[in-house]
Amino acid sequence: MGRALAVIIWIVTLLTVILFASKKWWFPPAISAHAPALDRQFMITIIVVGVAFTAAQIGLGWMVWKYRETGTNDRALYTHGSNRLEMVWTVITAIIFIALAVMGQSVWASLRLHDAPPGAYAVEVVAQQFQWAFHYPGKDGVFGKTDPKLIDDSALNYIGIDDTDPNAKDDSVTTALAIPVNRPVELRLRSKDVIHSFWVPPLRFKQDLVPGMEIKVHFTATKVGKYELACAELCGQLHFKMKSYMLVLPDDELRALTSLPQEQFQARMGELLAKYQLPADN
Amino acid sequence: MSDETHDAMHRHERPKGFIRKYIFSLDHKVIGIQYIMLALAAVIVGMLMSLLMRLNLSWPGTNWPILGTLFPGGAPGGVMNPEFYLSLVTMHGTIMVFFVLTTAPQGGFGNYFLPIQIGAEDMAFPFLNMMSFWVTFVGFVVILSAIFLSGAPSTVGPIGGWTGYAPLSALGQIAGPGQGMGMNLWVISIAIFCVGSLLGALNFITTLLNMRTKGMSLMRMPLTCWAWFTTAVLALLSFPVLLGAGILLLLDRIAGTSFFIPGGLYVNGLLSGIDNRFPLHTGGSPILWQHLFWFFGHPEVYIAILPGMGATSHILATFARKPVFGYRAMVFAIFAIGLLGFFVWGHHMFISGMSPYSAVAFSILTLSIGVPSAVKTFNWLGTLWGGRIRFTTAMLFALGFVSLFVAGGISGLLLGQSSLDLPLHDTYIVLGHFHLVMGVASIFGMFAATYFWFPKMLGRFMNEGLGKFHFWITFVGVYCIFIPMHVMGLVGMPRRYAQFTEYEFLKSLHPLVIFVSIAAIITIAVQFVFYFNLFWSIFKGKKAGDNPWEATTLEWSTSSPPPHDNFAGVVPTVYRGPYEFAVPGAPKDFMMQTDAGAEVPSGNGHNGHKH
Amino acid sequence: MATMVTSTKTVTKKTAGSGGKIPGPNGNGSRRDGMFDRNSRVTRYRLGMWVALASILMMFTALSSAYVVRSASANDWVPLAMPRVLLLSTTLILVSSATLEAARRKLRAGFASGYGGWLLLTVALGFGFLVSQLLAWRQFVRQGIFLASNPHSSFFYLLTATHGLHLLVGLLALTVLLVRSRYAEKPAKAGRRLAATEAISIYWHFMDALWIYLFLLLFLWR
Repeated sequence: MGRALAVIIWIVTLLTVILFASKKWWFPPAISAHAPALDRQFMITIIVVGVAFTAAQIGLGWMVWKYRETGTNDRALYTHGSNRLEMVWTVITAIIFIALAVMGQSVWASLRLHDAPPGAYAVEVVAQQFQWAFHYPGKDGVFGKTDPKLIDDSALNYIGIDDTDPNAKDDSVTTALAIPVNRPVELRLRSKDVIHSFWVPPLRFKQDLVPGMEIKVHFTATKVGKYELACAELCGQLHFKMKSYMLVLPDDELRALTSLPQEQFQARMGELLAKYQLPADN
Repeated sequence: MSDETHDAMHRHERPKGFIRKYIFSLDHKVIGIQYIMLALAAVIVGMLMSLLMRLNLSWPGTNWPILGTLFPGGAPGGVMNPEFYLSLVTMHGTIMVFFVLTTAPQGGFGNYFLPIQIGAEDMAFPFLNMMSFWVTFVGFVVILSAIFLSGAPSTVGPIGGWTGYAPLSALGQIAGPGQGMGMNLWVISIAIFCVGSLLGALNFITTLLNMRTKGMSLMRMPLTCWAWFTTAVLALLSFPVLLGAGILLLLDRIAGTSFFIPGGLYVNGLLSGIDNRFPLHTGGSPILWQHLFWFFGHPEVYIAILPGMGATSHILATFARKPVFGYRAMVFAIFAIGLLGFFVWGHHMFISGMSPYSAVAFSILTLSIGVPSAVKTFNWLGTLWGGRIRFTTAMLFALGFVSLFVAGGISGLLLGQSSLDLPLHDTYIVLGHFHLVMGVASIFGMFAATYFWFPKMLGRFMNEGLGKFHFWITFVGVYCIFIPMHVMGLVGMPRRYAQFTEYEFLKSLHPLVIFVSIAAIITIAVQFVFYFNLFWSIFKGKKAGDNPWEATTLEWSTSSPPPHDNFAGVVPTVYRGPYEFAVPGAPKDFMMQTDAGAEVPSGNGHNGHKH
Repeated sequence: MATMVTSTKTVTKKTAGSGGKIPGPNGNGSRRDGMFDRNSRVTRYRLGMWVALASILMMFTALSSAYVVRSASANDWVPLAMPRVLLLSTTLILVSSATLEAARRKLRAGFASGYGGWLLLTVALGFGFLVSQLLAWRQFVRQGIFLASNPHSSFFYLLTATHGLHLLVGLLALTVLLVRSRYAEKPAKAGRRLAATEAISIYWHFMDALWIYLFLLLFLWR
């Protein structure tokens, strides 16, 4: 029985390691500037995880194999432990775990403890049940005023643009996100009703949109293309269908797009969405 | 005679009558069994719900005729709709976490065995103990009523996940199906559960501190008692916070307050304050709900696992025929886990919009909680090392606990880092992680406890053959179910999606989804072998004596089942520690705590000396 | 069917004369555990009460932190003016703690009638406290300030109601003690009265201190 248990534990461990090591199901290729550091931190951690997991399971299997009762009358080893051993393994574990934690902070710090660099490309993101709205400031680069009292979904004013504000004249609101490649992007995240979450897997980036708050986050996308955008916080029955796209565009294409007036913006966006394909390795 | 003695005599008169003996019993043993039976019923409901969830995820759009008949609103034409699925998610989580994981390990086995293991006749406050069970039972009835009274015919409960984030959970019906009456019942049920839990915690703590028998110093207590004690302290300090949060949420829902609901909302075509369909709210903080909930929620998961850890230590020592390796360190580790558990709640909220600086602090504290957990694992291995292992079913499940706890806990190193949480938050890797530790390791602790203590409680063994069959299939099955979820999370599969048909990036996961479901179906099916074994053995199990496992702690010094006052009038006196196995020079390979024994030469250990 | 309850013996206790401090059914264990005065009812009830108070404290801590966070989360925080009648509340509850202390000490010293008298006073003062709370509520209602009027009013009603409910439970317990104080304690139940009084006193003083804290939180901290 002990041998059987050991074997089963080892087989399960082996299959688990193979599942991970084969990378058959893995992160998608990354498209953001912070991804290499994040992926590196992930690799270091997953190696520690893998070693600890494997060692513990091998150790457990070995113990149950070697120390199974064999019918002889002798007794187990009478020991209550070893304080020295406790010290040693506590200290070593603490060093490894805390080192991992501290190392992991640098990626977090670069993204969250600093504001977006000046001159970042800004887009307002407004989420609602069950769609996304992206507000572009247009040629003047200034966001027109919005007011919740002006929101009227049936009149298609999803985010409450104040038409009396001159800055709003060149603004556009669409259902997909278009950002430049290799330029810092600042998203100003808001929600109309409940908590949603902005999630683009290849970007290695996620952030909740909380009603009552405007949350600013930034990142830099490094690869042109079209990527799926999913909601990652339960927001109601159609949470699974709250889908959109993020287009990462070369500078000239993006500039051309964002200088279009509202009426042509969505149409052009549609063309771009058709032009670019999702990454092949999906 | 002293008033204490006289009163004690009257306290432990046998109750008469069926109602007093089995329904409204003051006897901690009966109450413990009532909790276990509650959990056994709740887990069936929870498992069936998860089965339906798996069917929907794997074969979306399929017509399940039974479903169409039973739930025509939620599965018209037999095809499950998204709100039905999400209500299953919510109810599954709520029922499992509260009515299974927070009842059986603590209220069930803890109630039954804590007093006996410390040599007491009952809990400190038997009346409050009885109330704690019945209040919990009422809470269970209320949550079940949410299945039928959810307010939307297409749901079997509220939609919010077991975490019920505001403002979705606070807005009421305007926010969609599953936000009506069902959500009110959910909050009320949880509030009632909080009260029941607090009554129980009060009893555990007072009993352990005040009612240990002669010679039972704190450091001679079995590790199960340390685990139940720490769990009770965690419950005592965390459930009131959930109760407070629940009251605030209920007020937001029915009294128009704005604790969690901010101003300027536009929900489903209605602007806040437009009329009494959507009254005016201003200034509330959705993140406040998360802080309050997770301040409770994180200690809660340690409440779910600590008793299993205690049982595992206890059972490993018993069947390895060796003392627990590092008893003192194990006690400190239990404390450390309990204490640190209060300082890490923010790791559920890294990307919630809370201060990113606090995220740094929470992240570092979270990874440090891995240290006492690792220490416990090393000590479990140390307990096995040099042992003479007997592979009873209880032992198999305890060994399985160790394996599964490592598997589940180790991914905490990934999720606890704020930067790595950016891609991993709210994906299936979180599901894999918490199911392995809570839904599997914790359950294995309960299975181990059941097979181990069944002979003591019922005077009969459970069938070992069926037990081992139950173990093997379940052990392999749970790995098959939950390990794949980790890589699903790496790909980016989000939580709480009713279907995965909308996204290209999820298409490659389909074979894994099917694999997981098939493993789940098999594993769920095999649990009915356990139920059969359990109930059949009550009547037909092989008879067991007082100490069939040759164990050392006080429960094995009394009859199986124990008499009403636990020790038949004898006051147990404790002479030695709880795990004196393989003592050199002793006549048998174990010495019970009540063995006065001849003096034996002290070896490595501390024969009878208090630690 | 195997039953869970099988004792056929009556309980006969052997007191273990181990020289420990407190005699009790199970005697004493280690000298180091003197702190918890094992097995005395008074100790048990007191201990249980402190444990229960820890949980009540946690709930009010949670509500307090919600109060603080909510006050900072938006600019709709308009603190209410303190109704003067709450000063009466404070006085009443402070005095009631003093009278309850007097009752408790009388009982300890064995003066049953003194005990009953002070207890009656305490119950009356406690009742007066609740009435004064309702008067404060009525004052706000007359001004058109209700539960959902603004965040500060929400917390005012919530905190005073929660405190009031807990106090009411204490008041009911005191009333039971008061009613029972008219009869001599049966020998079979000897010691219960003292233990219960000790425990309820701790509870009552805690409610007193809690009121002071809530009063300061609501109207001084704002």
